[in-house]
Amino acid sequence: MQIISVENMVKRFGSITAVDGITFGVDENSIFGFLGPNGAGKTTTISILCTLLDPTSGKAFLNGHDCSAESAAVRKSIGIVFQDSSLDKDLTARENLMFHARLYNVATPERKQRVDEALVFAGLQDRADDLVKKFSGGMKRRLEVARGLIHKPKVLFLDEPTLGLDPQSRSSLWEFIIELPKKHDVTIFMTTHYMEEAEVCDHIAIIDKGKIIASGTPGSLKKLIGGDVIYLKTSDNRKAAETLQKLFGLSATEKDGEIFISTPRGDSCIPALIREIGDIVLSVRLQRPTLNDVFLKLTGKEIRAENGSVENDVKETVRSYRRRHDRG
Amino acid sequence: MIEANAVYVIVAREFKKFIRERTRLVSAIARPLVWLFLIGGGMSRIVPIAGGVSYMQFIFPGILGMTILFSSIFSSISIIWDKEFGFMKEILVAPISRFSIVVGKATSGMVLSTIQAAIILAFFPLLGLKIGFAEVAGILLISAALSFAISSLGIVLASFYDSYESFSVIMNFIVMPMFFLSGAMYPVKLMPTILRFFTRINPLTYGIDAIKHLSLPPGAGPMGADFPFLLDVAVIIAATVIFVAIGGKAFERKG
Repeated sequence: MQIISVENMVKRFGSITAVDGITFGVDENSIFGFLGPNGAGKTTTISILCTLLDPTSGKAFLNGHDCSAESAAVRKSIGIVFQDSSLDKDLTARENLMFHARLYNVATPERKQRVDEALVFAGLQDRADDLVKKFSGGMKRRLEVARGLIHKPKVLFLDEPTLGLDPQSRSSLWEFIIELPKKHDVTIFMTTHYMEEAEVCDHIAIIDKGKIIASGTPGSLKKLIGGDVIYLKTSDNRKAAETLQKLFGLSATEKDGEIFISTPRGDSCIPALIREIGDIVLSVRLQRPTLNDVFLKLTGKEIRAENGSVENDVKETVRSYRRRHDRG
Repeated sequence: MIEANAVYVIVAREFKKFIRERTRLVSAIARPLVWLFLIGGGMSRIVPIAGGVSYMQFIFPGILGMTILFSSIFSSISIIWDKEFGFMKEILVAPISRFSIVVGKATSGMVLSTIQAAIILAFFPLLGLKIGFAEVAGILLISAALSFAISSLGIVLASFYDSYESFSVIMNFIVMPMFFLSGAMYPVKLMPTILRFFTRINPLTYGIDAIKHLSLPPGAGPMGADFPFLLDVAVIIAATVIFVAIGGKAFERKG
Protein backbone atom coordinates (compact mmCIF):
# COMPACT_ATOMS: atom_id res chain seq x y z
CA MET A 1 0.00 0.00 0.00
CA GLN A 2 1.18 3.52 -0.76
CA ILE A 3 1.23 5.74 2.32
CA ILE A 4 2.20 8.85 0.37
CA SER A 5 1.21 9.67 -3.16
CA VAL A 6 2.04 12.85 -5.00
CA GLU A 7 0.51 13.70 -8.36
CA ASN A 8 1.93 16.33 -10.66
CA MET A 9 2.67 18.70 -7.81
CA VAL A 10 3.89 22.24 -8.57
CA LYS A 11 4.99 24.93 -6.12
CA ARG A 12 5.91 28.43 -7.24
CA PHE A 13 7.19 31.27 -5.11
CA GLY A 14 6.62 34.36 -7.25
CA SER A 15 8.61 33.77 -10.41
CA ILE A 16 10.64 30.90 -8.94
CA THR A 17 9.39 27.36 -9.52
CA ALA A 18 10.67 25.36 -6.56
CA VAL A 19 8.81 22.15 -7.39
CA ASP A 20 8.01 21.58 -11.04
CA GLY A 21 5.36 18.90 -11.54
CA ILE A 22 6.60 15.92 -9.52
CA THR A 23 4.81 12.57 -9.22
CA PHE A 24 5.87 9.77 -6.90
CA GLY A 25 4.61 7.28 -4.33
CA VAL A 26 6.02 5.85 -1.10
CA ASP A 27 5.30 2.30 0.13
CA GLU A 28 4.13 1.78 3.68
CA ASN A 29 6.84 0.90 6.23
CA SER A 30 9.67 1.49 3.78
CA ILE A 31 12.56 3.92 3.90
CA PHE A 32 12.19 6.44 1.11
CA GLY A 33 15.07 8.71 0.20
CA PHE A 34 14.53 12.06 -1.46
CA LEU A 35 17.87 13.15 -2.85
CA GLY A 36 19.13 16.27 -4.48
CA PRO A 37 21.44 19.24 -4.10
CA ASN A 38 20.56 22.23 -1.91
CA GLY A 39 17.79 24.26 -3.48
CA ALA A 40 16.48 21.35 -5.55
CA GLY A 41 13.04 21.46 -3.93
CA LYS A 42 13.38 18.82 -1.19
CA THR A 43 12.43 20.97 1.77
CA THR A 44 9.59 22.59 -0.18
CA THR A 45 8.19 19.13 -0.96
CA ILE A 46 8.43 18.12 2.71
CA SER A 47 6.76 21.36 3.76
CA ILE A 48 3.82 20.62 1.46
CA LEU A 49 3.51 17.04 2.70
CA CYS A 50 3.63 18.36 6.30
CA THR A 51 0.82 20.86 5.52
CA LEU A 52 3.06 23.89 6.14
CA LEU A 53 2.69 25.01 2.53
CA ASP A 54 -0.07 24.56 -0.04
CA PRO A 55 0.97 23.42 -3.52
CA THR A 56 0.34 25.84 -6.40
CA SER A 57 -1.21 22.96 -8.32
CA GLY A 58 -1.36 19.17 -8.17
CA LYS A 59 -2.23 16.88 -5.29
CA ALA A 60 -0.48 15.26 -2.36
CA PHE A 61 -2.03 12.53 -0.21
CA LEU A 62 -0.68 11.11 3.02
CA ASN A 63 -2.31 8.15 4.75
CA GLY A 64 -5.33 8.74 2.49
CA HIS A 65 -5.74 12.39 3.45
CA ASP A 66 -5.31 15.42 1.21
CA CYS A 67 -2.32 17.38 2.52
CA SER A 68 -3.80 20.77 1.77
CA ALA A 69 -7.53 20.22 2.47
CA GLU A 70 -7.28 17.87 5.48
CA SER A 71 -4.29 19.27 7.26
CA ALA A 72 -5.46 18.29 10.77
CA ALA A 73 -5.77 14.62 9.81
CA VAL A 74 -2.41 14.68 8.05
CA ARG A 75 -0.69 16.33 11.01
CA LYS A 76 -1.89 13.59 13.33
CA SER A 77 -0.33 10.99 11.04
CA ILE A 78 3.15 12.48 10.81
CA GLY A 79 6.23 13.14 12.88
CA ILE A 80 8.95 15.47 11.68
CA VAL A 81 12.61 16.03 12.37
CA PHE A 82 13.52 19.34 10.76
CA GLN A 83 16.86 20.36 9.33
CA ASP A 84 17.21 22.88 12.17
CA SER A 85 16.50 21.54 15.61
CA SER A 86 13.02 22.38 16.84
CA LEU A 87 13.80 21.27 20.38
CA ASP A 88 13.63 23.92 23.05
CA LYS A 89 17.18 23.86 24.34
CA ASP A 90 16.29 25.69 27.54
CA LEU A 91 14.03 22.84 28.57
CA THR A 92 15.03 19.35 29.69
CA ALA A 93 14.74 16.30 27.45
CA ARG A 94 11.75 15.07 29.47
CA GLU A 95 9.99 18.46 29.28
CA ASN A 96 10.41 18.58 25.52
CA LEU A 97 8.85 15.13 25.23
CA MET A 98 6.03 15.83 27.71
CA PHE A 99 5.04 19.01 25.87
CA HIS A 100 5.03 17.13 22.59
CA ALA A 101 2.81 14.39 24.02
CA ARG A 102 0.36 17.01 25.27
CA LEU A 103 0.30 18.87 21.95
CA TYR A 104 -0.66 15.59 20.26
CA ASN A 105 -3.30 14.84 22.88
CA VAL A 106 -1.70 11.67 24.23
CA ALA A 107 -3.99 10.74 27.15
CA THR A 108 -2.65 11.52 30.62
CA PRO A 109 -2.23 7.93 31.93
CA GLU A 110 -0.26 6.96 28.83
CA ARG A 111 1.78 10.13 28.53
CA LYS A 112 4.38 9.42 31.17
CA GLN A 113 4.90 5.88 29.99
CA ARG A 114 5.39 6.89 26.35
CA VAL A 115 7.84 9.61 27.36
CA ASP A 116 9.84 7.11 29.44
CA GLU A 117 9.89 4.68 26.52
CA ALA A 118 11.06 7.43 24.18
CA LEU A 119 13.88 8.37 26.56
CA VAL A 120 15.05 4.75 26.71
CA PHE A 121 14.75 4.44 22.95
CA ALA A 122 16.89 7.55 22.46
CA GLY A 123 19.37 6.18 25.02
CA LEU A 124 18.89 9.30 27.12
CA GLN A 125 17.23 7.88 30.24
CA ASP A 126 20.19 9.00 32.37
CA ARG A 127 20.08 12.53 30.95
CA ALA A 128 16.28 12.92 31.01
CA ASP A 129 16.30 15.90 33.37
CA ASP A 130 19.27 17.74 31.87
CA LEU A 131 18.74 20.83 29.74
CA VAL A 132 18.90 20.05 26.03
CA LYS A 133 21.52 22.75 25.46
CA LYS A 134 24.03 20.52 27.26
CA PHE A 135 23.51 17.70 24.74
CA SER A 136 25.78 16.80 21.83
CA GLY A 137 24.49 17.10 18.26
CA GLY A 138 23.90 13.36 18.01
CA MET A 139 21.99 13.20 21.28
CA LYS A 140 19.75 16.05 20.19
CA ARG A 141 18.94 14.34 16.91
CA ARG A 142 18.13 11.05 18.65
CA LEU A 143 15.89 12.95 21.05
CA GLU A 144 14.13 14.64 18.15
CA VAL A 145 13.56 11.35 16.35
CA ALA A 146 12.21 9.80 19.56
CA ARG A 147 9.99 12.83 20.09
CA GLY A 148 8.64 12.56 16.55
CA LEU A 149 7.53 8.98 17.32
CA ILE A 150 5.73 9.62 20.64
CA HIS A 151 2.31 10.05 19.05
CA LYS A 152 2.79 6.92 16.91
CA PRO A 153 2.78 8.57 13.47
CA LYS A 154 2.39 6.65 10.21
CA VAL A 155 5.17 8.63 8.51
CA LEU A 156 8.30 10.12 10.01
CA PHE A 157 9.97 12.88 8.00
CA LEU A 158 13.69 13.36 8.44
CA ASP A 159 14.99 16.46 6.67
CA GLU A 160 18.77 16.15 6.37
CA PRO A 161 18.97 14.25 9.67
CA THR A 162 22.75 14.03 9.74
CA LEU A 163 23.57 17.59 8.68
CA GLY A 164 26.18 19.11 10.96
CA LEU A 165 26.99 15.86 12.78
CA ASP A 166 30.47 14.39 13.03
CA PRO A 167 31.08 11.11 11.13
CA GLN A 168 30.79 8.92 14.22
CA SER A 169 27.45 10.39 15.28
CA ARG A 170 26.27 10.12 11.70
CA SER A 171 26.88 6.41 11.45
CA SER A 172 25.35 5.69 14.85
CA LEU A 173 22.30 7.77 13.93
CA TRP A 174 21.90 5.68 10.79
CA GLU A 175 21.99 2.44 12.74
CA PHE A 176 19.22 3.93 14.84
CA ILE A 177 17.16 5.09 11.85
CA ILE A 178 17.20 1.84 9.86
CA GLU A 179 15.60 0.03 12.81
CA LEU A 180 12.60 2.38 12.89
CA PRO A 181 10.21 0.87 10.31
CA LYS A 182 10.28 -2.56 11.98
CA LYS A 183 10.30 -1.38 15.59
CA HIS A 184 7.72 1.37 15.28
CA ASP A 185 5.61 0.36 12.28
CA VAL A 186 6.42 3.65 10.58
CA THR A 187 7.40 4.81 7.09
CA ILE A 188 10.55 6.93 6.87
CA PHE A 189 10.67 9.78 4.36
CA MET A 190 14.11 11.32 4.41
CA THR A 191 16.08 13.86 2.45
CA THR A 192 19.82 14.03 2.26
CA HIS A 193 22.51 15.32 0.01
CA TYR A 194 25.01 12.78 1.29
CA MET A 195 24.67 10.19 -1.47
CA GLU A 196 26.43 7.44 0.46
CA GLU A 197 23.80 7.71 3.20
CA ALA A 198 21.01 6.99 0.77
CA GLU A 199 22.26 3.42 0.32
CA VAL A 200 20.06 2.30 3.25
CA CYS A 201 16.87 3.39 1.45
CA ASP A 202 14.44 0.91 -0.05
CA HIS A 203 13.54 3.40 -2.73
CA ILE A 204 15.08 6.64 -3.92
CA ALA A 205 13.88 9.60 -5.96
CA ILE A 206 16.47 12.07 -7.21
CA ILE A 207 15.28 15.65 -7.61
CA ASP A 208 17.10 18.45 -9.36
CA LYS A 209 15.79 21.93 -10.16
CA GLY A 210 12.32 20.94 -9.00
CA LYS A 211 12.01 17.85 -11.21
CA ILE A 212 12.42 14.17 -10.40
CA ILE A 213 15.13 13.02 -12.78
CA ALA A 214 15.37 9.38 -11.67
CA SER A 215 13.82 6.99 -9.19
CA GLY A 216 14.18 3.35 -8.18
CA THR A 217 16.05 1.16 -5.72
CA PRO A 218 19.67 2.10 -5.03
CA GLY A 219 20.73 -0.96 -7.05
CA SER A 220 18.58 -0.16 -10.07
CA LEU A 221 19.80 3.43 -10.11
CA LYS A 222 23.38 2.26 -10.15
CA LYS A 223 22.64 0.00 -13.09
CA LEU A 224 21.81 3.16 -15.02
CA ILE A 225 25.50 3.82 -15.28
CA GLY A 226 26.37 0.31 -16.49
CA GLY A 227 27.47 -1.64 -13.45
CA ASP A 228 30.93 -2.41 -12.12
CA VAL A 229 34.28 -1.76 -13.68
CA ILE A 230 37.18 -4.26 -13.32
CA TYR A 231 40.71 -2.91 -13.76
CA LEU A 232 43.53 -5.38 -14.45
CA LYS A 233 47.29 -5.06 -14.48
CA THR A 234 48.86 -7.96 -16.32
CA SER A 235 52.23 -8.98 -17.70
CA ASP A 236 50.63 -9.44 -21.16
CA ASN A 237 47.71 -7.12 -21.78
CA ARG A 238 47.06 -8.34 -25.33
CA LYS A 239 46.72 -11.98 -24.29
CA ALA A 240 44.55 -11.00 -21.33
CA ALA A 241 42.23 -8.96 -23.57
CA GLU A 242 41.84 -11.87 -25.99
CA THR A 243 41.03 -14.28 -23.17
CA LEU A 244 38.41 -11.91 -21.73
CA GLN A 245 36.76 -11.63 -25.14
CA LYS A 246 36.72 -15.41 -25.52
CA LEU A 247 35.51 -16.19 -22.00
CA PHE A 248 32.99 -13.43 -21.20
CA GLY A 249 32.39 -11.80 -24.54
CA LEU A 250 33.63 -8.54 -23.06
CA SER A 251 35.84 -6.19 -24.99
CA ALA A 252 38.56 -4.71 -22.83
CA THR A 253 39.96 -1.23 -23.18
CA GLU A 254 43.56 -0.35 -22.47
CA LYS A 255 44.45 2.82 -20.63
CA ASP A 256 47.60 3.88 -18.77
CA GLY A 257 49.04 0.34 -18.90
CA GLU A 258 45.87 -1.13 -17.38
CA ILE A 259 42.99 -2.83 -19.11
CA PHE A 260 39.43 -2.46 -17.89
CA ILE A 261 36.07 -4.06 -18.60
CA SER A 262 32.56 -2.96 -17.67
CA THR A 263 30.16 -5.62 -16.44
CA PRO A 264 26.96 -5.62 -14.41
CA ARG A 265 28.27 -8.23 -11.91
CA GLY A 266 31.95 -7.54 -11.52
CA ASP A 267 32.36 -9.48 -8.27
CA SER A 268 31.25 -12.81 -9.79
CA CYS A 269 33.56 -12.42 -12.81
CA ILE A 270 36.73 -12.19 -10.77
CA PRO A 271 37.05 -15.87 -9.67
CA ALA A 272 36.66 -17.17 -13.26
CA LEU A 273 39.02 -14.52 -14.51
CA ILE A 274 41.70 -15.51 -12.02
CA ARG A 275 41.26 -19.21 -12.86
CA GLU A 276 41.85 -18.58 -16.57
CA ILE A 277 44.55 -15.91 -16.68
CA GLY A 278 45.76 -15.97 -13.09
CA ASP A 279 49.32 -16.62 -14.21
CA ILE A 280 49.65 -13.23 -15.96
CA VAL A 281 47.50 -11.04 -13.66
CA LEU A 282 49.52 -8.71 -11.44
CA SER A 283 46.65 -6.88 -9.75
CA VAL A 284 42.85 -6.68 -9.90
CA ARG A 285 40.73 -3.72 -8.85
CA LEU A 286 36.92 -3.65 -8.74
CA GLN A 287 35.14 -0.34 -8.80
CA ARG A 288 31.46 -0.20 -7.91
CA PRO A 289 29.31 2.70 -8.98
CA THR A 290 28.06 4.98 -6.21
CA LEU A 291 24.88 7.03 -6.11
CA ASN A 292 27.15 10.02 -6.48
CA ASP A 293 28.21 8.66 -9.91
CA VAL A 294 24.53 8.30 -10.76
CA PHE A 295 23.85 11.89 -9.86
CA LEU A 296 26.92 13.07 -11.73
CA LYS A 297 25.87 11.19 -14.83
CA LEU A 298 22.27 12.47 -14.71
CA THR A 299 22.99 16.11 -14.02
CA GLY A 300 26.60 16.58 -14.98
CA LYS A 301 27.40 18.09 -11.61
CA GLU A 302 28.31 17.09 -8.06
CA ILE A 303 25.36 16.87 -5.73
CA ARG A 304 26.93 19.17 -3.19
CA ALA A 305 27.09 22.11 -5.56
CA GLU A 306 25.46 24.98 -3.72
CA ASN A 307 23.15 27.52 -5.20
CA GLY A 308 24.07 30.49 -3.12
CA SER A 309 21.31 33.06 -2.95
CA VAL A 310 21.78 35.80 -0.38
CA GLU A 311 18.90 34.50 1.69
CA ASN A 312 20.39 31.02 1.79
CA ASP A 313 23.73 32.47 2.80
CA VAL A 314 22.14 34.36 5.68
CA LYS A 315 20.24 31.29 6.81
CA GLU A 316 23.37 29.21 6.54
CA THR A 317 25.34 31.69 8.63
CA VAL A 318 22.71 31.73 11.34
CA ARG A 319 22.44 27.96 11.25
CA SER A 320 26.13 27.44 11.66
CA TYR A 321 26.25 30.04 14.42
CA ARG A 322 23.46 28.27 16.22
CA ARG A 323 25.08 24.90 15.81
CA ARG A 324 28.28 26.16 17.37
CA HIS A 325 26.41 28.08 19.99
CA ASP A 326 24.02 25.26 20.87
CA ARG A 327 26.81 22.83 21.41
CA GLY A 328 28.46 24.86 24.19
CA MET B 1 -11.67 26.78 18.10
CA ILE B 2 -9.24 27.02 21.01
CA GLU B 3 -7.51 23.85 22.19
CA ALA B 4 -6.76 24.02 25.90
CA ASN B 5 -3.83 21.60 25.59
CA ALA B 6 -2.10 23.87 23.06
CA VAL B 7 -2.57 27.01 25.16
CA TYR B 8 -1.33 25.11 28.21
CA VAL B 9 1.84 23.90 26.44
CA ILE B 10 2.70 27.35 25.06
CA VAL B 11 2.14 29.12 28.39
CA ALA B 12 3.79 26.43 30.54
CA ARG B 13 6.86 26.39 28.32
CA GLU B 14 7.40 30.16 28.49
CA PHE B 15 6.67 30.27 32.20
CA LYS B 16 9.23 27.53 32.91
CA LYS B 17 11.86 29.33 30.88
CA PHE B 18 11.01 32.65 32.49
CA ILE B 19 11.54 31.24 35.97
CA ARG B 20 14.79 29.57 34.94
CA GLU B 21 16.34 32.62 33.32
CA ARG B 22 16.96 34.82 36.32
CA THR B 23 19.15 37.27 34.42
CA ARG B 24 16.36 38.00 31.96
CA LEU B 25 14.01 38.79 34.81
CA VAL B 26 16.56 41.00 36.55
CA SER B 27 17.25 43.03 33.42
CA ALA B 28 13.54 43.28 32.60
CA ILE B 29 12.92 44.71 36.06
CA ALA B 30 16.02 46.90 36.08
CA ARG B 31 15.09 48.97 33.01
CA PRO B 32 11.82 50.43 34.35
CA LEU B 33 13.42 51.04 37.76
CA VAL B 34 16.24 52.99 36.16
CA TRP B 35 13.71 55.14 34.30
CA LEU B 36 11.58 55.61 37.37
CA PHE B 37 14.29 56.57 39.83
CA LEU B 38 16.97 58.15 37.66
CA ILE B 39 14.88 60.00 35.09
CA GLY B 40 11.79 60.40 37.26
CA GLY B 41 13.82 61.30 40.32
CA GLY B 42 16.00 63.74 38.39
CA MET B 43 13.11 65.44 36.61
CA SER B 44 11.21 65.78 39.90
CA ARG B 45 13.78 68.37 40.93
CA ILE B 46 13.00 70.67 38.00
CA VAL B 47 9.31 69.91 37.33
CA PRO B 48 7.13 71.55 39.98
CA ILE B 49 4.57 69.48 41.87
CA ALA B 50 1.13 70.00 40.30
CA GLY B 51 -2.16 68.97 41.89
CA GLY B 52 -0.18 67.33 44.68
CA VAL B 53 1.61 64.95 42.25
CA SER B 54 5.39 64.97 41.76
CA TYR B 55 6.91 64.11 38.37
CA MET B 56 8.20 60.79 39.69
CA GLN B 57 4.71 59.90 40.86
CA PHE B 58 3.28 61.09 37.57
CA ILE B 59 5.43 58.77 35.45
CA PHE B 60 4.77 55.71 37.65
CA PRO B 61 1.73 54.58 35.58
CA GLY B 62 3.79 55.21 32.43
CA ILE B 63 6.64 53.08 33.80
CA LEU B 64 4.19 50.25 34.46
CA GLY B 65 3.02 50.71 30.88
CA MET B 66 6.64 50.57 29.69
CA THR B 67 7.24 47.33 31.57
CA ILE B 68 4.17 45.81 29.94
CA LEU B 69 4.97 47.21 26.48
CA PHE B 70 8.52 45.86 26.37
CA SER B 71 7.88 42.48 27.90
CA SER B 72 4.75 41.84 25.82
CA ILE B 73 6.38 42.86 22.55
CA PHE B 74 9.54 40.83 23.30
CA SER B 75 7.51 37.81 24.21
CA SER B 76 5.64 37.90 20.89
CA ILE B 77 8.52 38.96 18.67
CA SER B 78 10.38 35.81 19.68
CA ILE B 79 7.99 34.10 17.25
CA ILE B 80 10.15 35.47 14.42
CA TRP B 81 13.17 33.50 15.64
CA ASP B 82 11.13 30.54 16.72
CA LYS B 83 9.46 30.26 13.32
CA GLU B 84 12.69 29.98 11.42
CA PHE B 85 14.87 28.09 13.83
CA GLY B 86 13.13 26.69 16.77
CA PHE B 87 10.27 25.38 18.76
CA MET B 88 7.61 27.28 16.80
CA LYS B 89 8.01 24.76 13.98
CA GLU B 90 7.19 21.97 16.40
CA ILE B 91 4.03 23.87 17.32
CA LEU B 92 3.12 24.77 13.72
CA VAL B 93 3.08 21.14 12.57
CA ALA B 94 1.15 19.87 15.60
CA PRO B 95 -2.54 19.08 15.07
CA ILE B 96 -3.75 22.30 16.70
CA SER B 97 -5.43 25.35 15.22
CA ARG B 98 -3.50 28.51 14.39
CA PHE B 99 -5.91 30.46 16.52
CA SER B 100 -4.93 28.39 19.58
CA ILE B 101 -1.31 29.29 18.95
CA VAL B 102 -2.15 33.00 18.83
CA VAL B 103 -4.23 32.79 22.01
CA GLY B 104 -1.53 30.71 23.74
CA LYS B 105 1.19 33.15 22.80
CA ALA B 106 -0.88 36.18 23.88
CA THR B 107 -1.74 34.44 27.15
CA SER B 108 1.90 33.71 27.92
CA GLY B 109 2.78 37.33 27.12
CA MET B 110 0.02 38.35 29.50
CA VAL B 111 1.17 36.09 32.35
CA LEU B 112 4.83 37.13 32.14
CA SER B 113 4.13 40.85 31.68
CA THR B 114 1.66 40.97 34.53
CA ILE B 115 4.17 39.33 36.87
CA GLN B 116 6.76 41.96 35.92
CA ALA B 117 4.25 44.79 36.28
CA ALA B 118 3.30 43.46 39.74
CA ILE B 119 6.95 43.56 40.80
CA ILE B 120 7.28 47.20 39.66
CA LEU B 121 3.94 48.06 41.24
CA ALA B 122 5.28 46.87 44.61
CA PHE B 123 7.59 49.93 44.62
CA PHE B 124 4.71 52.41 44.93
CA PRO B 125 5.13 53.08 48.69
CA LEU B 126 8.68 54.30 48.00
CA LEU B 127 7.24 57.05 45.77
CA GLY B 128 4.91 58.30 48.47
CA LEU B 129 1.84 57.12 46.56
CA LYS B 130 -1.14 55.87 48.52
CA ILE B 131 -2.89 53.11 46.57
CA GLY B 132 -5.62 51.05 48.22
CA PHE B 133 -6.07 47.29 47.98
CA ALA B 134 -8.96 47.51 45.52
CA GLU B 135 -6.94 49.89 43.31
CA VAL B 136 -3.94 47.51 43.34
CA ALA B 137 -6.22 44.70 42.21
CA GLY B 138 -7.67 47.01 39.56
CA ILE B 139 -4.20 47.97 38.29
CA LEU B 140 -3.26 44.29 38.00
CA LEU B 141 -6.43 43.57 36.03
CA ILE B 142 -5.76 46.50 33.71
CA SER B 143 -2.15 45.32 33.34
CA ALA B 144 -3.32 41.84 32.39
CA ALA B 145 -5.78 43.16 29.79
CA LEU B 146 -3.24 45.62 28.39
CA SER B 147 -0.52 42.91 28.18
CA PHE B 148 -2.89 40.61 26.33
CA ALA B 149 -3.67 43.40 23.83
CA ILE B 150 -0.03 44.36 23.28
CA SER B 151 1.14 40.74 23.05
CA SER B 152 -1.49 40.26 20.34
CA LEU B 153 -0.17 43.36 18.57
CA GLY B 154 3.31 41.79 18.79
CA ILE B 155 1.99 38.62 17.16
CA VAL B 156 0.52 40.67 14.33
CA LEU B 157 3.90 42.38 13.83
CA ALA B 158 5.77 39.07 14.02
CA SER B 159 3.53 37.56 11.38
CA PHE B 160 4.28 40.36 8.93
CA TYR B 161 8.02 40.42 9.49
CA ASP B 162 9.87 37.19 9.18
CA SER B 163 13.51 38.08 9.28
CA TYR B 164 15.70 38.83 12.25
CA GLU B 165 16.76 42.21 10.81
CA SER B 166 13.22 43.48 11.19
CA PHE B 167 13.63 43.48 14.96
CA SER B 168 15.36 46.87 15.08
CA VAL B 169 12.75 48.28 12.69
CA ILE B 170 10.03 47.22 15.10
CA MET B 171 11.94 48.63 18.07
CA ASN B 172 12.72 52.02 16.51
CA PHE B 173 9.56 52.68 14.53
CA ILE B 174 6.90 51.03 16.62
CA VAL B 175 7.92 50.29 20.21
CA MET B 176 9.80 53.49 21.07
CA PRO B 177 7.24 55.87 19.46
CA MET B 178 4.46 53.93 21.17
CA PHE B 179 6.15 54.54 24.48
CA PHE B 180 6.87 58.24 24.00
CA LEU B 181 3.45 58.95 22.47
CA SER B 182 1.46 57.34 25.26
CA GLY B 183 1.25 60.02 27.91
CA ALA B 184 3.82 58.06 29.91
CA MET B 185 6.35 60.89 30.16
CA TYR B 186 4.21 63.99 29.51
CA PRO B 187 0.52 64.68 30.04
CA VAL B 188 -1.45 64.18 26.81
CA LYS B 189 -3.42 67.39 27.31
CA LEU B 190 -0.21 69.46 27.19
CA MET B 191 1.04 67.95 23.91
CA PRO B 192 1.02 69.77 20.54
CA THR B 193 -2.01 68.82 18.41
CA ILE B 194 -0.14 66.61 15.94
CA LEU B 195 1.44 64.52 18.71
CA ARG B 196 -1.87 64.38 20.53
CA PHE B 197 -3.36 62.74 17.43
CA PHE B 198 -0.80 59.91 17.53
CA THR B 199 -1.26 59.55 21.26
CA ARG B 200 -4.99 59.11 20.84
CA ILE B 201 -4.65 56.23 18.36
CA ASN B 202 -2.13 54.43 20.59
CA PRO B 203 -3.76 51.68 22.69
CA LEU B 204 -0.97 51.98 25.28
CA THR B 205 -2.19 55.51 26.07
CA TYR B 206 -5.50 54.19 27.36
CA GLY B 207 -3.88 51.45 29.44
CA ILE B 208 -1.61 53.98 31.11
CA ASP B 209 -4.51 56.38 31.51
CA ALA B 210 -6.57 53.72 33.29
CA ILE B 211 -3.65 53.12 35.68
CA LYS B 212 -3.42 56.88 36.27
CA HIS B 213 -7.06 56.81 37.36
CA LEU B 214 -6.29 54.09 39.88
CA SER B 215 -2.93 55.23 41.22
CA LEU B 216 -2.86 59.04 41.25
CA PRO B 217 -4.95 61.06 43.73
CA PRO B 218 -8.13 62.64 42.32
CA GLY B 219 -7.84 66.28 41.32
CA ALA B 220 -4.27 65.90 40.07
CA GLY B 221 -5.01 68.45 37.34
CA PRO B 222 -2.54 68.37 34.40
CA MET B 223 -0.69 65.41 36.00
CA GLY B 224 -3.86 63.33 36.26
CA ALA B 225 -5.73 61.09 33.83
CA ASP B 226 -6.75 62.50 30.43
CA PHE B 227 -9.71 60.33 29.42
CA PRO B 228 -12.75 58.81 31.17
CA PHE B 229 -11.95 55.47 32.85
CA LEU B 230 -14.68 53.61 30.97
CA LEU B 231 -13.34 54.84 27.64
CA ASP B 232 -9.88 53.49 28.63
CA VAL B 233 -11.32 50.06 29.42
CA ALA B 234 -13.41 50.01 26.25
CA VAL B 235 -10.41 50.85 24.05
CA ILE B 236 -8.24 48.16 25.66
CA ILE B 237 -10.92 45.53 25.10
CA ALA B 238 -11.55 46.66 21.52
CA ALA B 239 -7.80 46.66 20.75
CA THR B 240 -7.48 43.13 22.15
CA VAL B 241 -10.30 41.80 20.01
CA ILE B 242 -8.97 43.50 16.87
CA PHE B 243 -5.35 42.39 17.33
CA VAL B 244 -6.26 38.79 18.21
CA ALA B 245 -8.48 38.60 15.14
CA ILE B 246 -5.79 40.03 12.84
CA GLY B 247 -3.11 37.86 14.47
CA GLY B 248 -5.24 34.74 13.99
CA LYS B 249 -5.83 35.56 10.32
CA ALA B 250 -2.21 36.50 9.69
CA PHE B 251 -1.04 33.23 11.23
CA GLU B 252 -3.27 31.17 9.00
CA ARG B 253 -1.57 32.38 5.86
CA LYS B 254 0.42 29.69 4.13
CA GLY B 255 3.13 30.42 1.59
